[in-house]
Amino acid sequence: MTDQSTRPLVELRNVSRKFGSKGDIADRIAQRLKLAKPKPVVHAVDSVDLSIRQGEVLGLVGESGCGKSTLGRVVAGILPPSEGDLYWKGSDRSRLSFADLKAADLATQMIFQNPMAALNPRMTVEDIVTEAPHSHGMIPGDRRAYADRYLEMAGFDPAMKRRYPHQFSGGQRQRVNIARALAVQPEFLVCDESVAALDVSIQAQVINLFMDLREQLDLTYLFVSHDLGVVEHISDRVAIMYLGRIVEEAPVEEVYARPNHPYTRALLSEVPRIEVGKRKFEAIKGELPSPLDPPKGCHFHPRCPFAMDRCRSEVPKIREVASGHRSACHLNDG
Amino acid sequence: MTQTDAFTFDAPEEAEPMSPGQLMRRRALNHTGFLIGSGIIVTLALIAIFAPLIAPHDPFVQSLSSRMLPPVWDPAGSWDHLLGTDQNGRDYLSRLIYGTRVSISIGLGAATVGLLIGVTLGVVAGYFGGWVDHAVSFALTAQLALPGLLLAMALVFIIGPSIWVVIGIIGVLHWTYYLVVTRAATQRLRNLDFVAAATASGATPRQVIWHEILPNLIPQIIVIFTFELGIAILAEASLSFLGVGIQPPTPSWGLMIAEGKQAMFYRPWLVVLPGLSLFTLVIGANLMGDGLRDITAPEGRN
Repeated sequence: MTDQSTRPLVELRNVSRKFGSKGDIADRIAQRLKLAKPKPVVHAVDSVDLSIRQGEVLGLVGESGCGKSTLGRVVAGILPPSEGDLYWKGSDRSRLSFADLKAADLATQMIFQNPMAALNPRMTVEDIVTEAPHSHGMIPGDRRAYADRYLEMAGFDPAMKRRYPHQFSGGQRQRVNIARALAVQPEFLVCDESVAALDVSIQAQVINLFMDLREQLDLTYLFVSHDLGVVEHISDRVAIMYLGRIVEEAPVEEVYARPNHPYTRALLSEVPRIEVGKRKFEAIKGELPSPLDPPKGCHFHPRCPFAMDRCRSEVPKIREVASGHRSACHLNDG
Repeated sequence: MTQTDAFTFDAPEEAEPMSPGQLMRRRALNHTGFLIGSGIIVTLALIAIFAPLIAPHDPFVQSLSSRMLPPVWDPAGSWDHLLGTDQNGRDYLSRLIYGTRVSISIGLGAATVGLLIGVTLGVVAGYFGGWVDHAVSFALTAQLALPGLLLAMALVFIIGPSIWVVIGIIGVLHWTYYLVVTRAATQRLRNLDFVAAATASGATPRQVIWHEILPNLIPQIIVIFTFELGIAILAEASLSFLGVGIQPPTPSWGLMIAEGKQAMFYRPWLVVLPGLSLFTLVIGANLMGDGLRDITAPEGRN
């Protein structure tokens, strides 16, 4: 499944996403006259190249606030990128015809972190699941039977489909979300911290559900998470993100066995393991810097134990350090 | 007593899931405020519709020999005129009954006109943001800066008084609450994940607004509607009181208060009776609105 020859389903080329406004007319005039400072801009995602191959599970890992959810939303087509291009099955999204774009949108669905916020509280489960496929004319026969099929697929008892979202537990709600996403027959699911809000036993069930669905429906996943254990379990490849940039990307065994980037190494040393003793535990020093004012050069240098002068001035390019293993660190040039 | 009954009735809910309709009906029957409010409104609506059948006298027929007769409970009262007569000797009960028509139609009409304007602008401004929002906010500030009653008086004076003009003008001047509340609620809803999920499933802005946003605004809209219903009825009463609303001899509660005010200290019922009627209608509308909000919420409230 990690075969290099498989074509990418989704490809990001030099994608950035900024947040912030230019302000209204008065602000802009004031800025032009140097009376006011420009409004702060957050680079949530900063020049990211990433490709997700057909049929694989790509884990996207990073601390809170590093931009991984934003990247997930850009990939899912919910947020347009500020810069750069998104390719869907090899063609530029911005050049797709309206019908093709709609098909690409439908083929990409997202499972959100907070299962309650992702369900319209005024609709019954049945309506939530069948609304989109119904309006796109994807339901051939009976609307109820269609809802039953996808609810069952997501492991949700269809007998309860006439109820409202608030009547269910978090795990059940997440299953409704999954059924809703599956009902438009997607090829690609973006899971944004989809199990983070669930308790551990439910997490395991939902993760197993994701794996079963992958087999059944031949799905591709982008699995955004801060939980390295979950990502190790579910992914084929892992991308590590730090302050808006991808710092390392490799097959899952490779990352966990031979982490290259100092950030990845620090991150992995924090994963609780069953083996006892002899493991030196070192927390990453300091806080994640503010994305409003990121450090120059390598974003990680203020916290990196190996930082050199070069790291403070020059942004390291991401390049291959082993087959299929890419990393962005100046140490690799040495 | 009835509370405990309702409770035991609640218990088997988990066993047999009810359809949303059944659930709402049951909640309605358990909601005291809603029952009282809708009772008042339905009664007044029936009175308005069947006014010619109920009214004991013709509300327009004057009789100078029987001017300002007191109501039946007064020692000087008579059963012929239950609530007495006004300055022109017209039967007061009949005029109150006919006045229900004016008040209810103006209240409903004006609150609906305001709703259409305010909710449309509020949802559009909240959903699209940017310059649309700036434009709508400007209209809002402009509207808030205008003295409402004065403007209404001027407009009625220019256009000429009729019930349609009064409905239109009161409605056009009472959309700001709808706008402020729906705009803020839409801004909050727009950022929730279910809207993102709908967008990802290919929903157009129109579908998002109709299916995702508006259903979640219903509670706020209902509350403001009933609130504005009361305000519109009072605005009509004020306009009629000031002489630019409903014109005599059409009976309107506001007009009746205005006409009765000269004799207020000697014949208090001339003012008190239409005042009480207004009070009952406004209270009924508010109780019913609060009840509707509770009943239609999926999670239910009581």
